[in-house]
Amino acid sequence: MISTQTRYEAAWAALSAVLDPEVPALSLVELGIVRELREDEDGGFTVVLTPTYNGCPATELIEADVRSALMDFQPLRVEQRRTPAWTTDWISSEAREKLRVYGIAPPSGLAAVEQPLRMHESIPCPRCGSAKSERLSAFGSTACKALYRCISCREPFEYFKPI
Amino acid sequence: MKLSNTLEQRYLLRIADAALILSQRNSEWCGHGPILEEDLALANLALDLLGQARALLTHAGAADGLDEDQLAMLRLEHQFLNPVLFELPHAADGRKPGDFAFTVLRNTLTAVWFTLLWTRLQASSDTEVAAIAAKAVKESRYHLQHSGDWCVRLGDGTADSHARMQAALERIWPYVDELFQADAVDAAAEASGLGPSWASLRGEWRAQAEALLARATLALPKDRPNAHGGRLGVHSEHLGHLLSELQYLQRAYPGGTW
Repeated sequence: MISTQTRYEAAWAALSAVLDPEVPALSLVELGIVRELREDEDGGFTVVLTPTYNGCPATELIEADVRSALMDFQPLRVEQRRTPAWTTDWISSEAREKLRVYGIAPPSGLAAVEQPLRMHESIPCPRCGSAKSERLSAFGSTACKALYRCISCREPFEYFKPI
Repeated sequence: MKLSNTLEQRYLLRIADAALILSQRNSEWCGHGPILEEDLALANLALDLLGQARALLTHAGAADGLDEDQLAMLRLEHQFLNPVLFELPHAADGRKPGDFAFTVLRNTLTAVWFTLLWTRLQASSDTEVAAIAAKAVKESRYHLQHSGDWCVRLGDGTADSHARMQAALERIWPYVDELFQADAVDAAAEASGLGPSWASLRGEWRAQAEALLARATLALPKDRPNAHGGRLGVHSEHLGHLLSELQYLQRAYPGGTW
């Protein structure tokens, strides 16, 4: 059977399968790190990425992962675009649910406010659903997460901070 | 290293170096934090600052064909343009890792300053600077929230923690004035739309800092500004020692890579 998939669709499918190295529950597309995929006139492709944090140490790894996933789509160009600045608001509600199932509490509310949300609020536990939790640490294993503990089931969990 | 040293380049290097040097200082706490959570937090603050510095250094060096690594690792002491406040060791006697009260206060007061600066830089006529600022302002707001909470907790804490915070504030205060001095570099940036004159941030910084220090029950020290010129490349004796660590690998093994 001859595939009716265009080259662009095939490239997009390959790109959509690349998972974030720090949050492997979500793909780079779902996180909003992939801003654009363009088919160029020379038959190659350009991928536009945006960093989550200025100092995110995974930026180089993410680019390498994208390059290897799109190895068959040469010539491949990868660009970094800073503006508009990445925000957790770009994570869709389906993707937030995936995060929760994976065990990371998704960002609560919108980051698009003047001040960051206070970190002392109680975050619903992604495991048992209890609304009662306490913050253990403002920073976690990566800059984008904080550490909480559920008061009901006593399990610690990570919280994806709204930014 | 030859730098073109244009007014524009110097304006950017002053900010980039402030972030880079503070990042290096905060990273000294890694593995030595008073509690594990704070160890993590300081390393993360340092990482954000390093990311901001990298972006600005890359941009500032582009005109001279220099990359971020060359600027960070191969410039000499007098070519760094950060205000002296950022290079001071955490403890008055220079012992490492140092005085946590000083760390908390410097991070708080500089986070107020960075937040004001990044906010204004979002409107820079240089689109790359505006883009870097739009990212950085979110990070510095979070830093301010985190360090500000500690500032209040320790200032309005026990008699001992209060006394140590007050002593740290007395040590920091004379160095703050350099963050708001006007000169030709500043004036040119303001005129071209590259960024605000630092002097124009003074009023708002002062209002926010005073409110925070009042919540922390700390008494405002007398204004006795030092005549420091870190922004002109005239540094304290501490920067050389800091750079000897920061630049060690590239000095010992020129061009070394992973």
